[in-house]
Amino acid sequence: MRFLVMGKATADTEAGVLPTTEELEAMGAYVQELAAAGILLAFGGLRPSSAGARVRFSGGEPTVLDGPFAETKELVAGYMILEVSSTEEVIEWVKRSPMADGAEMEIRPLFEDGDFGDNETPEQREADTRLRAAVAEQHPGR
Amino acid sequence: MTSDAAHRAVEAVWRMEAARVIAALARLVRDVGRAEDLAQDALVAALEQWPETGIPDRPGAWLTTVAKRRAVDAIRREATLAGKVELLGRELPETGELELPEPVPDDVLRLMFTACHPVLRPEAQAALTLKMLAGLTTDEIARAFLVPTPTMAQRIVRAKRTLAEAEVGFEPPGADELAARLASVLAVVYLVFNEGYSATAGADLLRPALCEEAMRLGRILAALVPDEPEAHGLLALMELQASRLPARTGPDGAIVTLFDQDRGRWDRLLISRGLAGLARAERLGGGAEPYAVQAAIAAVHARARTPEETDWPRIAALYAVLARVAPSPVVELNRAVAVSMADGPAAALELVDALAGRLGGYHLLPSVRGDLLVKLGRPAEARAEFERAAALTANARERDLLLARARQSA
Repeated sequence: MRFLVMGKATADTEAGVLPTTEELEAMGAYVQELAAAGILLAFGGLRPSSAGARVRFSGGEPTVLDGPFAETKELVAGYMILEVSSTEEVIEWVKRSPMADGAEMEIRPLFEDGDFGDNETPEQREADTRLRAAVAEQHPGR
Repeated sequence: MTSDAAHRAVEAVWRMEAARVIAALARLVRDVGRAEDLAQDALVAALEQWPETGIPDRPGAWLTTVAKRRAVDAIRREATLAGKVELLGRELPETGELELPEPVPDDVLRLMFTACHPVLRPEAQAALTLKMLAGLTTDEIARAFLVPTPTMAQRIVRAKRTLAEAEVGFEPPGADELAARLASVLAVVYLVFNEGYSATAGADLLRPALCEEAMRLGRILAALVPDEPEAHGLLALMELQASRLPARTGPDGAIVTLFDQDRGRWDRLLISRGLAGLARAERLGGGAEPYAVQAAIAAVHARARTPEETDWPRIAALYAVLARVAPSPVVELNRAVAVSMADGPAAALELVDALAGRLGGYHLLPSVRGDLLVKLGRPAEARAEFERAAALTANARERDLLLARARQSA
């Protein structure tokens, strides 16, 4: 089972305060442990929301909203994709992450093929497939 | 926390810690079978206590300490019985002083080498590896391998006894045997993967999950021996093959062949990991090793957005390398198929004909030959080949298919 683990933003991450050497070391050791356990598929950090944007769909026209965004605790500052055998296991792994007081990690299972069941019509399934193929085409060999 | 939830949490911790706990104990008792028994006893203690007390901060250390105390007590008792207690006092720490050093990664690697020791047969190696390195229960392993649980339990007990009787101990392989022992670990991991890969849809989900277990083991191994190209080559091969799993079965559960697969459903994350792993194996100088070459073949397919885009000359060249480093008639036959796609049926037929005496009872040989003869416009000979292939296969669906091809070629 695959999970997206999101590290939530803090005032510091939003202010662009870079992690200290000690924090980097602790996080590096943790990531190393996940990799050594064979469960880490991907990970990365996000720049502050001030560098990002939102596109909102309402009233027929998409509206672009530039960052930063206010609701810090709802923003994502980093992510990992983990492949483990159960929800309990991913929770145990995340409990071990070297997070500062007040930090929060959110754990979400990824949809797997066929999870949409009968809600997905054959046409939608085909469209989804075309989309994936198109995305794949943009990244040949990656 | 309900007791059911607590139970599942303890099991999750076991999956995370089993290998390190067993390895740390094996270092003490020098017998992995006994180490595993002791670790299981500690797990039982955890299942009793943790639902009440909560999971300790360092669950792995807790399990190891409990198991080590029991080990030391047992060794003391045995030594007392044998009248060797004075000797023991100097060698064993006091029970109360068993604050452990963290297990070193080297211990887990030794555990892998021991579980895959050549005194064991491959299926016993695979069972022990899943039990000790992946933390699976005997019941889960039995279901995954389609055997009754008592049979699997017996297989595991016998494997542990074999290791004890052969006095395998817990030593790392010597420099002279390292390559062969590593090859045996890689083979076991790939065996587990193939067991999962050959499972059909609708089968117990534990079987396809073996692919995930094998990739997890492959990643652990690659992290333990980061300079060994074939560890990365095997991991790349498994990830590239597994990337096709979502597209590999149709709605009716039938296997969809590579060229009919919906490539949009291929798992891009696994493909990118597989390609990166292959590149690493090649950088380490392992580009011509068997797993890396097979991974390179899988990579050619992974890079082709449509079947027509497949780089057949490259695949044919890679099969030529594979035929040199891991020669087998089946590899030669696959090479012939690639050559027919790259250079046409005449060149391929020469390769197939050279195989005639070596793949006698293998139905794919006449089947491939039939295909080539059809392309060369020799239908009567093709028909005879398809009929021959039909007579050789035990699979009824395949036989019908081959007989239909025979009729079409007349």
